[in-house]
Amino acid sequence: MNQLLTAQGLAGVVFLTVSAAVVIGALIAVNSKRLIRAVTGLCLCLIGVAGLYYFLNSPFLALMEILIYVGAVGVSIAFAIMLADPRPEKKGNRATGLGAVFGFIGGGFLTWGLIKTGLSTHWQGAAEKVNDGSMLQLGKSLLTTYSMVFELISVVLLIAIIGSLALGRRGRSNGPGKISG
Amino acid sequence: MLQLSANLNTYLIIAAFLFGIGFYGLINRRTLIGMLISAELILSGASLNFMAFNRFLAPDPVVGQVFTLFIMGIAAAEAAIALSIIIAVYRNYKSIAAEDLNDLKG
Repeated sequence: MNQLLTAQGLAGVVFLTVSAAVVIGALIAVNSKRLIRAVTGLCLCLIGVAGLYYFLNSPFLALMEILIYVGAVGVSIAFAIMLADPRPEKKGNRATGLGAVFGFIGGGFLTWGLIKTGLSTHWQGAAEKVNDGSMLQLGKSLLTTYSMVFELISVVLLIAIIGSLALGRRGRSNGPGKISG
Repeated sequence: MLQLSANLNTYLIIAAFLFGIGFYGLINRRTLIGMLISAELILSGASLNFMAFNRFLAPDPVVGQVFTLFIMGIAAAEAAIALSIIIAVYRNYKSIAAEDLNDLKG
């Protein structure tokens, strides 16, 4: 028990906590009956993933994960549920019978195969690292080596915003639902 | 137990679980928003794999972080487009269950 009170012991406890948050959050996200609980599970899982990124020496990506996924994607999915899902219990939210069995077998097989491949391969690390992967190095390479990709992804995001606005308007004005707006 | 966070295999196992759970949800969910949530889980599993290999094996530890940032950007764009499509579908069909969307010309 004394071992847990050192700094390393506390770090281990925090690591186990975030790992449990990832797996439990993912299970809530796929198994809950109400969609809004699924979004909550997704947010829990992504906060856990951000903690794992912190353990992987990249605090910048941990912050970005919380900002983009939990902040932007989670909130917009919650808004979409509020706009589009007034009767969540109408038909039940999950497949039954063959679909569930196939999904369970397929997911289990994929997990088993990935774990077996990962554990049985002898991964060869690099002999030496060219930099330490800090936030400073990340910013430098984003604006020098990867600047073209950086600009392209900005254009993709802009097109996505314009496209989602156009899609939302078209569904409102002349769809067969005859909802004038 | 305390050395788990400095071991590549731990992260690979967690990422495999995320991917498998996401696949199960993608097959199992009936609504479009549930499928979108499962797709986000699959993307997170892939990103976690990239970050683990980047931390333990890559000669340049910046590359995996940049790649994960781009995965996040693409996932944000995908979620925005998918949600607006879902809302447009809901206006036309009054439902977001995948099995109700069976008309070619709605």
